[in-house]
Amino acid sequence: MGATVTTANTGEKTWGGGNEPLGASYGKLMMWFFIVSDALTFSGFLAAYGFSRFKFIETWPLPDEVFTHFPFMHGVEAPMYYVALMTFILIFSSVTMVLAVDAGHHLNKAKVAFYMFLTIIGGLIFVGSQAWEWKNFIKGEYGAVETKGGSLLQFVDATTGKRVKLEDFAAKLPEERTQLTRSQGKWFMEESSLPTYSVAEVQEGFKTHPNVRVRIETIYKDDAAAKKDTKVDHTLSHHKHKTVLTREESALRLENAHLVVEGANLTRNEYGSKLFADFFFFITGFHGFHVFSGVIINIIIFFNVILGTYEKRKSYEMVEKVGLYWHFVDLVWVFVFTFFYLV
Amino acid sequence: MSHDKHEHVSNLGRIWKVFAILSVITTFEVAMGIVKPDVLHMNNFLSMNLLNWLFIILTLVKAYYIVWAFMHMEGEKASLRWTVVAPIIFLVLYLLFILLVEADYIYEVFKNATIKWNF
Repeated sequence: MGATVTTANTGEKTWGGGNEPLGASYGKLMMWFFIVSDALTFSGFLAAYGFSRFKFIETWPLPDEVFTHFPFMHGVEAPMYYVALMTFILIFSSVTMVLAVDAGHHLNKAKVAFYMFLTIIGGLIFVGSQAWEWKNFIKGEYGAVETKGGSLLQFVDATTGKRVKLEDFAAKLPEERTQLTRSQGKWFMEESSLPTYSVAEVQEGFKTHPNVRVRIETIYKDDAAAKKDTKVDHTLSHHKHKTVLTREESALRLENAHLVVEGANLTRNEYGSKLFADFFFFITGFHGFHVFSGVIINIIIFFNVILGTYEKRKSYEMVEKVGLYWHFVDLVWVFVFTFFYLV
Repeated sequence: MSHDKHEHVSNLGRIWKVFAILSVITTFEVAMGIVKPDVLHMNNFLSMNLLNWLFIILTLVKAYYIVWAFMHMEGEKASLRWTVVAPIIFLVLYLLFILLVEADYIYEVFKNATIKWNF
């Protein structure tokens, strides 16, 4: 496209300085190289996530059972609607960013400022949405029980086939246990907040509610070999969904329980594989941090636009550079969306 | 400035068209994720179901539009395009290949082991 005609462009002089061999200014080129390295960082994270998922392929949580919340719709199963909305918000803020860049090419200060402002608002809404998503994830909904062997037991209703919350069946026993805090410990000893129910209360509640069944982490495979397994309830278990056990086997498994798990933290979570929550927090958190820093950078550039810095410079290339970063953040989200929510 | 030449063309039409494409793809993906048609979900290709293949391919299509249209890669020199895109494609494919094959191997080891490690 002959964009670099600063000097007489002979073969030897291409890399001789005072020239732009790749047709992009120094700043823009460095932004591209930063994006390359950041893209490889995210690829490393997502590949590590893929590694752990393939390693535990039979027991990994099913995303459409985990992310089912939508604002102001309590108790309604809305798998993925919310993340879809978040994706639209981010894509739209990418559009306003590219409109700002376009207005910059026409040196239209007012338009650049307006579109930059919209981009910042979009970014803030996205970060806020992510915070809400984290809140639901951390709080949890149904609760589960962890066995001594480290696997997770969830509960379903045998008549409806739907999940049951611990609070719907757990008994209330006259027992008391205080949380171990720093002030009561002997040597830097403490524990996180106590779950609402004790293991004994869940076990007792299970005995008095005959239609509660245990659901294990293993994904059910509907074939002849699986049908022979007498421990599994074959009417409640569905192909490519989690396995539901018979009442007798449920009782046996529950005897091995030793922890009640509610919500999620970095050690364990009620959704399944312990690594699932770790990767969720780390990857969406790292992406959220990128969005946050993108918003900050956009705000700085926005004020520069308002102050007329680029107007004086007769070039809005800085807007283009932050635009590159902003689109990159959107690009990463497209992949996070696929690998955490869809696949 | 040296790069003023190709920049004064306004491509508003292109921007909105790409936005429409990205929105349609995302809506389609979410619909597929909710419906999960058996034809796609229950049939495998290279030990991954067709639905997941569809999602991954559509994601790459979206990535193409974001990089080419929004990041304006289509207007850059071929040398810059290759400098940015080639290392990523090569390294990511390589990383995925070694990690996923290794993960599948570890899965087999756990599965066929005499010791139960998670019960």
